[in-house]
Amino acid sequence: MTMQPASTEIASRTAAIIQELKGLEGPLLPILHGIQEEFGHVPQDALPVIAEALNISKAEVHGVVTFYHDYRSHPAGRHVLKLCQAEACQSMGSDAIAAKLKQLLGIGFHETARDGSVTLEPVYCLGLCACAPSAMLDGAVIGRLDDEKLDEIVAEVRS
Amino acid sequence: MIPRIYIPGDSGALALGAEKVAKAIERELADRGIEAKIVRNGSRGAYFLEPMVEVATTDKGRVAYGPVKPSDVKGLFDSGFLTGGHHKRWLGAPDKIPFLARQTRLTFARCGVINPLSLDHYKAHGGLKGLQNAVAMAPADIVKQVTESGLRGRGGAGFPTGIKWKTVLDTTADKKYIVCNADEGDSATFADRMIMEGDPFVLIEGMAIAGVATGATKGFVYIRSEYPHAVAMMQKAVEVAREAGLLGVNVLGSPNAFDLEIRVGAGAYVCGEETSLLNSLEGKRGVVRAKPPLPAIQGLFGKPTVINNVISLASVPVIMDKGAAFYKDFGMGRSRGTIPIQIAGNVRYGGLFEAAFGMTLGEIVDDIGGGTATGRPVKAVQVGGPLGAYFPRALFDTPFDYEAFAAKDGLIGHAGITVFDDTADMLKQARFAMEFCAIESCGKCTPCRIGSTRGVETIDKIARGIEPEKQIELVTDLCNTMKFGSLCALGGFTPYPVMSAINHFRDDFKPAPVAEAAE
Repeated sequence: MTMQPASTEIASRTAAIIQELKGLEGPLLPILHGIQEEFGHVPQDALPVIAEALNISKAEVHGVVTFYHDYRSHPAGRHVLKLCQAEACQSMGSDAIAAKLKQLLGIGFHETARDGSVTLEPVYCLGLCACAPSAMLDGAVIGRLDDEKLDEIVAEVRS
Repeated sequence: MIPRIYIPGDSGALALGAEKVAKAIERELADRGIEAKIVRNGSRGAYFLEPMVEVATTDKGRVAYGPVKPSDVKGLFDSGFLTGGHHKRWLGAPDKIPFLARQTRLTFARCGVINPLSLDHYKAHGGLKGLQNAVAMAPADIVKQVTESGLRGRGGAGFPTGIKWKTVLDTTADKKYIVCNADEGDSATFADRMIMEGDPFVLIEGMAIAGVATGATKGFVYIRSEYPHAVAMMQKAVEVAREAGLLGVNVLGSPNAFDLEIRVGAGAYVCGEETSLLNSLEGKRGVVRAKPPLPAIQGLFGKPTVINNVISLASVPVIMDKGAAFYKDFGMGRSRGTIPIQIAGNVRYGGLFEAAFGMTLGEIVDDIGGGTATGRPVKAVQVGGPLGAYFPRALFDTPFDYEAFAAKDGLIGHAGITVFDDTADMLKQARFAMEFCAIESCGKCTPCRIGSTRGVETIDKIARGIEPEKQIELVTDLCNTMKFGSLCALGGFTPYPVMSAINHFRDDFKPAPVAEAAE
């Protein structure tokens, strides 16, 4: 078996996702979600394949990918921690929670720990506004954050 | 009879540990060799009591316990909670809990009560009657009934739902769409999430009625990606609905075709704006479109489109079931029916409170909400999310009504209320409003794209004490430009939190006294 160059492999896996979803009305966002799920980010090499398949320009695909906060250009850490920074959480001290978490993890927002354990991101509302301050760790929701819960989170991402 | 235990699977309850409680109950049942059925219901919305576990008893009906911690579970079994036994977490009949008993639940009647994925439960609690009535009616009559109910868009704009529907009905096209805006990005709002997780069929029913009423055959629910549980629940519910013939080529056996697709957003707040949501659904950048053309005439893929908020659509089934007059009887002035008020932030009794329009802000914050969670005095409440005004206690007599809030330079928006105690710094909140607008601006129009960044810089100058009065004048002028020059509500409404903070809390914008050096 010969090793394929990375770009060819990305192209073929991307093509499979497109094949599955291109029958949808307005398929670009579902395709990009599918690609991010497959690769953990949206690789540059996937963009021309999408453009070709949907008969739109590469610039258009690039424009869409970069418009939305969710699509990553690089893989995230093994864990993704989203900390709510919107008003309801602010009223319950989310600023102090953010400062403490940044210190505990040694990274700022939009950064990944050097050991690749965790990526920290701000999020503007998780709909948990009556249980503020809140966070989401790998899709699991956590409300009424306090020092104890922060320690649990840090222990989990480091384990 | 096998005992039935209800443990909410709602995100809010999960965030407070409902999953661990469920595991502990399962373990305890196994250890004690007791057979019981666990139902994962939605939340009733009293988040200060979540996780709230309920037991269906033969003699006392439903009995609630909460907030339950995993460490309480053994004790609950020892106290005989399966038959409603007394325990320190005992709350009694859930509908007698004051926070719930004081509500008027029309849209949220089933939320937290039923198994969200059981159509039988849904029907047993009055579900599908609205759609059954609708399929037997002429489209124009359905539209008339919705118009007469006085229902206005619950997303924030407050536009009469029936009039939107009428435009779509009257526009001829080969294809029409129903789009549900479930991009609930405003802080302090969670009503859409709760209904999608707790009673998804009511939304599906509402959308099917909209389809039958306007001749639309395809619907999309655009849910924000921050709501993975709601997405999963809606997807499952759509499958159940399809299998039961509630969706498909013959809706409830009628000649009307209607099907639904669930779509997931990608983290752009501005996609909660209807035209940018349509662009996003089409696979484009979520940039705002100029109106006209109205989406009702040229919407999704250029076709006539009804685009309504989750709560607007979820309020339609009860209107079609009980009639326009029934719904219209609730409320005040031109705000008819009920509104799910979401009480959030620094508040003692936070949660969802559905009531007829007309309660005062003070009643909601002090009586229902019980003041702040920290026990400190309430300084400000922001009504309507990040684009809503900050209200001081002096305006607490304002009744919850679209027009009354507009008269006080505010808006009710999606009816979320964030409570702040006296430690809040309103200059910081005003700055955040501008900063948020800068982060989330789609970039199409200049007042929003550039104005928000200039706004942050100018407010920073106030904070540093650089000619504060002059800067306040500048911000006021900038807000005026943003309000009247922006294409959509993001740039257009950001002035509400900024100017209300400046006007009602001027002390926070005065230069801070120079702190004395600590010894």
